[in-house]
Amino acid sequence: MSVLRRGWYAVTWYVTGVLGESDYQRYVAHLRRVHPDAPVPTVGEYWRERYAALDVDPGARCC
Amino acid sequence: MRSPEHVELVRTDPDLPPVAVIDRRPMTTGKKLVFAAIGLLAAIAWALVAFVRGESVNGAYFVVAAVGTYVIAYRFYARLIEYKVVRPRDDRATPGEQYENGRDFAPTDRRVLFGHHFAAIAGAGPLVGPVLAAQMGYLPGTLWIIIGAVLAGCVQDYLVLWLSTRRRGRSLGQMIRDEMGTIGGAAGLVGVFVIMIIILAVLALVVVNALAESPWGVFSVGMTIPIALFMGVYLRYLRPGRVSEVSVIGVVLLVLAIVAGGWVADTPWGAETFTLEPVTVAWLIVGYGFLASVLPVWLLLAPRDYLSTFMKVGTIVLLAVGVIIAQPAVQAPAVSSFAIEGNGPAFAGSLFPFLFITIACGALSGFHALISSGTSPKLVQKESQLRLIGYGGMLTESFVAIMALVTAISIDQHLYFTMNAPGTLTGGEPGSAADYVNGLGLAGPPVTGEEIQAAADSVGEESIISRTGGAPTLAFGMSQILGSFLGGASLQAFWYHFAIMFEALFILTTVDAGTRVARFMLSDTLGNLGGPLKKFRDPSWRVGAWICSIVVCGLWGAILLMGVTDPLGGINTLFPLFGIANQLLAAMALAVVTVVVVKKGYVRWAWIPAVPLVWDLAVTMTASFQKIFSPEPSLGYWAQHAAFRDARAAGETSFGTAADPAAMDAVIRNTFIQGTLSIVFAVLVLVVALVALWVCVKAVRAGGLPTTEEPDAPSSTFAPSGLVSTDAEKEVAAQWSAYHDEHPDRLSTGTHA
Repeated sequence: MSVLRRGWYAVTWYVTGVLGESDYQRYVAHLRRVHPDAPVPTVGEYWRERYAALDVDPGARCC
Repeated sequence: MRSPEHVELVRTDPDLPPVAVIDRRPMTTGKKLVFAAIGLLAAIAWALVAFVRGESVNGAYFVVAAVGTYVIAYRFYARLIEYKVVRPRDDRATPGEQYENGRDFAPTDRRVLFGHHFAAIAGAGPLVGPVLAAQMGYLPGTLWIIIGAVLAGCVQDYLVLWLSTRRRGRSLGQMIRDEMGTIGGAAGLVGVFVIMIIILAVLALVVVNALAESPWGVFSVGMTIPIALFMGVYLRYLRPGRVSEVSVIGVVLLVLAIVAGGWVADTPWGAETFTLEPVTVAWLIVGYGFLASVLPVWLLLAPRDYLSTFMKVGTIVLLAVGVIIAQPAVQAPAVSSFAIEGNGPAFAGSLFPFLFITIACGALSGFHALISSGTSPKLVQKESQLRLIGYGGMLTESFVAIMALVTAISIDQHLYFTMNAPGTLTGGEPGSAADYVNGLGLAGPPVTGEEIQAAADSVGEESIISRTGGAPTLAFGMSQILGSFLGGASLQAFWYHFAIMFEALFILTTVDAGTRVARFMLSDTLGNLGGPLKKFRDPSWRVGAWICSIVVCGLWGAILLMGVTDPLGGINTLFPLFGIANQLLAAMALAVVTVVVVKKGYVRWAWIPAVPLVWDLAVTMTASFQKIFSPEPSLGYWAQHAAFRDARAAGETSFGTAADPAAMDAVIRNTFIQGTLSIVFAVLVLVVALVALWVCVKAVRAGGLPTTEEPDAPSSTFAPSGLVSTDAEKEVAAQWSAYHDEHPDRLSTGTHA
């Protein structure tokens, strides 16, 4: 069972990493560590800002 | 730990555990044996691919030959490049560590970054090019995809990634300007922009050819737009941040849309509503591209991108499993007569240089240089991981290309040419198409019109005749491979439209993002001209964004429409231009890499980027030369132009494949534009190459020159280099965990705070 659980954990860790889902947690951890006084955005606020930044530069996709 | 005397641990701070492991241990005997066995296996597979003929060539040999070669190349050649050119220093902070902001600069686990990077570089290109190149037989394509990737494509990706990582993640255009001065920089900037436009146009043309006259395809691909909009709204208002959840929902809806497409296409109203002319599809795609580039990213582009990533990885895995399980027998000859005589129907021109132009992505793709500079360098944790990301990522794309090639060469040869010859040759009817392909002298029993129609029926299409562009052929081959063990004949139509759907999805995502990127390049360039145009620099100025979007969509849309209406058959005239453009971008990237390697004084190892550069210049310049100067009308744009103009001047009302004066005028106009573009591309790249040569000579005479590499900053983190941690790396990682347990407050990776 624990093998299954660890396997599932690894898969979700990988998928959320590649899709960028875990970026919010990473950003919050970064803020807490480096700028402890800064206000922490909610998930919704974080993604709004992030998409606003992508509006300016979405990054190319290859053919 | 085994032989610790050969392992050096580097510290940047005496209070911190080591930040780098320099491992000079020789390989163990066990490992040597493993690599020897892999090498032997690959050699046997290569021998089978190269010397066995006929029905007994098995598709699985290609997979073994490719994977074996990749393993050896990654272990030995990439390692040589690492030792001699890249010389990674893990005690040096990467941009991600040094400028960490938790957003675009953020050190990311190497395995996650690999997935990220691969999803950004792989698209429809490695699937389409090999399919078209299959007209020359299986051997030339296989050799070029594998050897080209190992010696050229991977080298380019790896070294551009290295350059950009040492320069705070700067873009290719900026690096060309920084290292080669304003003239080279300006030529590079214009080149990147024009090349981007042509690439968008040709990719859109592939989609048009796959969707025209296919109600099933139009319905299911059209449904991706409401699905993406739903996902966007879901992510914004219902469950923000739940990306994988919404992606799974999206993929389920997508599969439903494919199934529903079959039902819709079966009803009279569905067939009537969604059977569209190629020109209509083209206009719809241009309109879509414009909307996608002005709508907010969260609504359309970002959710499509998630779907595309999911489908990309899923389908590639499915295809690999399919080829290995089904082990299709190869139908194509090793080398076809078209390779030698240069009169192939899918694209004109002989093996050299046109094979190397047609297969760009999968062997050497300049577009990757745009991806490798910019995003990934800001995410990498350690310089020594660049080999995995850059070289390894491109090897994976090459593997995708091999899969696509195997799929194409396992299709019955008569059906392959039925699908890939332009309508002017096949006549568009089963009877005339059968007569045409039976006259080509292909191996295997001749085909009848009924058999061609039966093949179309088996995948739920009205017709498969002259469905050029590569995507329908790949979808057809995939439906046969997957149908052979998943669902049989009953699911073949589903698999066909599944394949069409994912190719269209990749391409439309590229078109969305590419239009936006080109728009920003345009507004930036206009803004830099100064004066009243300065306003264009402000990305939040909506009017400017709209103007630039219209210009960009207009440019690629015009080339797309030109290809769609081309009386000569769009793909065979435009695809070479796409390949040339992509390879010329590679020439620019390899030129800047060579310049930096020489400037740094590594002249002895400059051949590593210079050999692919010289090869690439030889290929692209020969191809450009033939496209501009060849007296053969099917090959040279200007020869075709002159032939039609003379015919028009002589008062003829039809000529060659053009049935009326308007069609003749179209050919005259199209060949003029294509010929002009060929000249522009060639001149721009020659300028960059000559400037690169001049800078190299200067650097050699001076015994090295300063580069624009950023100064060192000491690293204060640790991360393993390869996919799997070594024992030495595990020990250091354990020291770091112990350190963080002791100092929870020092759990920092950034050095800037």
